[in-house]
Amino acid sequence: MKNWKKMMSAALTAAMTVTMLAGCGGGETEKGSSDTIKIGGIGPVTGDAAIYGEAVKNGAELAVKEINEAGGINGAQIEFNFQDDEADAEKAVNAYNTLKDWGMQALLGTVTSAPCVAVGEVAQADNMFLLTPSGTAVECVQYDNAFRVCFSDPMQGAESAKYIADNQLATKIAVIYNSSDVYSTGIYQAFAKEAETEGLEIVAAEAFTAESKTDFSVQLQKAKDAGAELVFLPFYYSEAALVLQQAAGINYSPIFFGCDGMDGILDVEGFDADLANNLMFLSPFTPTSTDEAIQKFVTDYKEAYGGTPNQFAADAYDGVYAMKAAMEKAEVTPDMSASDICDVVKGAMTEITISGVTAKELTWEASGEPSKAPMVVKIADGDYAVVE
Amino acid sequence: MSGMKKMKKTTKSNLITYGLVIGIYLVTQILIMTGSISSLLQGLLVPLCSYVILAVSLNLTVGILGELSLGHAGFMCVGAFTSAFFSKCMVDAIPVAGIRYFLALLIGAASAGIFGILIGIPVLRLKGDYLAIVTLAFGEIIKNVVNILFIGRDSNGFHFSTKDVMSLGMEPDGQVIINGPQGITGTPKDSTFTIGVILILITLVIVLNMIHSRSGRAIMAVRDNRIAAESIGINVTKYKLMAFSVSAALAGVAGVIYSHNLATLTAQPKNFGYNMSIMILVFVVLGGIGNIRGSIIAAIVLTLLPEMLRGLNDYRMLIYAVVLIAMMLFNWSPKAIEWREKHLSKRKFAKKKCAEEV
Amino acid sequence: MSFISYLINGISLGSVYAIIALGYTMVYGIAKMLNFAHGDVIMIGAYVVLTAMTSAGLPAYAAVLIAVVFCTLLGMLIERVAYKPLRNAASPLAVLITAIGVSYLLQNIALLIFGANTKSFTSVVPIPPVVLADGNLTITGETIMTIAACIVIMIGLTVFIKKSKSGQAMLAVSEDRGAAQLMGINVNKTIALTFAIGSALAAIAGVLLCSAYPTLTPYTGAMPGIKAFVAAVFGGIGSIPGAMIGGILLGVIEIFGKAYISSQMADAIVFGVLIIVLLVKPAGILGKNIQEKV
Repeated sequence: MKNWKKMMSAALTAAMTVTMLAGCGGGETEKGSSDTIKIGGIGPVTGDAAIYGEAVKNGAELAVKEINEAGGINGAQIEFNFQDDEADAEKAVNAYNTLKDWGMQALLGTVTSAPCVAVGEVAQADNMFLLTPSGTAVECVQYDNAFRVCFSDPMQGAESAKYIADNQLATKIAVIYNSSDVYSTGIYQAFAKEAETEGLEIVAAEAFTAESKTDFSVQLQKAKDAGAELVFLPFYYSEAALVLQQAAGINYSPIFFGCDGMDGILDVEGFDADLANNLMFLSPFTPTSTDEAIQKFVTDYKEAYGGTPNQFAADAYDGVYAMKAAMEKAEVTPDMSASDICDVVKGAMTEITISGVTAKELTWEASGEPSKAPMVVKIADGDYAVVE
Repeated sequence: MSGMKKMKKTTKSNLITYGLVIGIYLVTQILIMTGSISSLLQGLLVPLCSYVILAVSLNLTVGILGELSLGHAGFMCVGAFTSAFFSKCMVDAIPVAGIRYFLALLIGAASAGIFGILIGIPVLRLKGDYLAIVTLAFGEIIKNVVNILFIGRDSNGFHFSTKDVMSLGMEPDGQVIINGPQGITGTPKDSTFTIGVILILITLVIVLNMIHSRSGRAIMAVRDNRIAAESIGINVTKYKLMAFSVSAALAGVAGVIYSHNLATLTAQPKNFGYNMSIMILVFVVLGGIGNIRGSIIAAIVLTLLPEMLRGLNDYRMLIYAVVLIAMMLFNWSPKAIEWREKHLSKRKFAKKKCAEEV
Repeated sequence: MSFISYLINGISLGSVYAIIALGYTMVYGIAKMLNFAHGDVIMIGAYVVLTAMTSAGLPAYAAVLIAVVFCTLLGMLIERVAYKPLRNAASPLAVLITAIGVSYLLQNIALLIFGANTKSFTSVVPIPPVVLADGNLTITGETIMTIAACIVIMIGLTVFIKKSKSGQAMLAVSEDRGAAQLMGINVNKTIALTFAIGSALAAIAGVLLCSAYPTLTPYTGAMPGIKAFVAAVFGGIGSIPGAMIGGILLGVIEIFGKAYISSQMADAIVFGVLIIVLLVKPAGILGKNIQEKV
């Protein structure tokens, strides 16, 4: 026992020494000694939320590769380093610090909301430029150094309710949401608020949690019994696939309406696309669009990683291009420190307009929110189609 | 040296434990002062303090009391949320961080301790795996309830709801403090490494003194033979409950450190669910059941390990799992212990030491 | 009407918990260890079936057979490498922690091989759903199949343990390992056999779980695994009929809790009922309450 403890202590000391050495290296690169611009990325690539982190990682890496091949940012190549945060706030801060040691000059991340708020706080203290591809909570961009590519939760909830009311899709609405998830609850609340002002009646609001997300029979049965003509599903497609399948099982076919998390449902390997027929959702991105830039992105993505990119990948792809545009505008050079870059880039962000895959004309306000109009996508004949 | 020899074995062992913590603290402080510490490690210092306290406190339940608890993260959750709630409300009323944090600590520890007593009374009647599953159940209930809790404050006072923010019916000037699954955002970052280490030392004083006191011996007597302990007049329920609630209160302290280190506090399966409870149990078992010093070292090693492995990218968690299994086999397998004794221990009294440590 | 519909849904969900719990409880009863990796063996089994069907184009029965064989071997390998060396460890908790390590390992292997993306599972159950009361009540083929499988496995296991020589050896090992060894029973072989059977059951459970709820990710097995653990304790851990009763009750309580109390509180309700049951019957519904002796 004694010896084992000694060995453990020795291993620990060794480990600490290694980080210390790494720390020395990190201290030096803070000034930006190399000739590349170092962009860090944070998101879950292990754990339950790995699907989203993986997509962001791939989307961002694709954009970085393209930019580097085209000559980089102001002639400087981009180095991209993506760290895992397991969708946990504490791990995200660890990932952030790892990237700082590596010499990160700007951050693309984090992918999920709660870690994003935690990292946002630290990034603000460091004056590090932060652009989250998919952190939807309001607080993600509460500081002036933080911007996002995706829609915010309240915006999506309100827009969904407005769209439903304006197009008179239904008056009796049921909502199924994930009460243990920030994204889902955030959208639900904004939706309910807007629904009230629009005169929509929410006849059933049923929740599920991360611990019980396989069986939706009760929620669907309640929606059915309450006579809901439309069921609003503000959560991700992996659970939505089960909801649709189980609704078909009880012969319940209202209009299903989702948010941007629904994008990707047709790409669930082996999913019966018929189940998703007539499903509508708000999304900034459709992989089947005929737009040239989108087609190129989708083809390249498929070639590099296999599978169709989802909205997360698209947001990350646009995020990297937005960073490039802002950095070029602000004339960022690789030898600038992260703080200096942040000072100039956060101003430049509000002046750029990029043509991305999630919007033709993408601009940012100083608040950090993007200005882009959500599209409503409807699935018909096993394919996405934009509703004009 | 002769003084050391005269000292009681337990006192010596305790001093080594305190020395270890203080030593690590001093080395780290010197490294911080000379600026030769990485941001990663610096960021990990406060979380490490909370994990060490969690491991030591769970060892009190698992090692000393001898009951398997799978709900330790639940107590941490109670401590984290009550204290963060307090701090968030009092940010303006008590501007001095030190006083606010001290009060937050008391509140976190007290509320977790009270939960420990409330849960302990029914739970401690059970045995073994049944006790384990009931503690797991309580942990999950706590997490579930926290996730649907909405609390806001406006000029009329506090508003509660278990549905959503709208049902709070607040005035427009109202501020949402606990926002369901989004939890508490913007807790003041009051936890520091120095306070964390002081809290570890306090935890050690409480736990080590308890073990070596009359109560501690009574608790261990209950662990080793309940009926025999009962027959010599030891109040089994009282001592069990004592250990369990102290352990819960200390977990609450760890929760306070955790919540005052991050800007967001959410109750996810990852941080307050059974996953976390199991993680703390892994620290305890790997470090040696009943071995307080081992818990400290195991908590540090296992928290640092996945961060050290970041260079492996996609293989990180895979390697982590392999290392965990290997460490368990090396540390616990009777054959491995035999092998170690034969090949690694040069000193003759190694066996004696081994007996002394438990 | 909706009551009956909820009941049917509860039984459907519960039957899935039950079939996982059967494997859990069997391993616990004989090897006296909580195999936290059981849920992940289920996930691996489902991936094997999926791969065999989509990539190799095998028919469903052949894919299931391959998965059963694969998981049996996997279970024996895990037992041999990770659990057996700790059989006589100073604390039974050591092997519990190793099981957690194995669980992480299996999840991460699946993550590396199959990726994080959700895969949709095609049901392998050929039974059509039974529709009653003008389409208001539907009993899916998967439910019928799962319950049938549960009953067959339950009876099969009971007969196997009562009648066969290896089964009797298992019973002996579970009663008193030392005494069994003295009677000439090969304890190591018996426990290896237990893991083999337990893992084969996990493969079948995986197929049925993913047929009933057809999405598959590397983390699919984790939560049902924990729920099944709860179900097994609920019914009295170690008891084979108890696992089935516990599983079905758990499913029904979960659905009724959601339906009649609060869908937000579903987990709290399930665990709350569990606590109450265990306080009244400290060894589960069918568990034996062994009196402690001096």
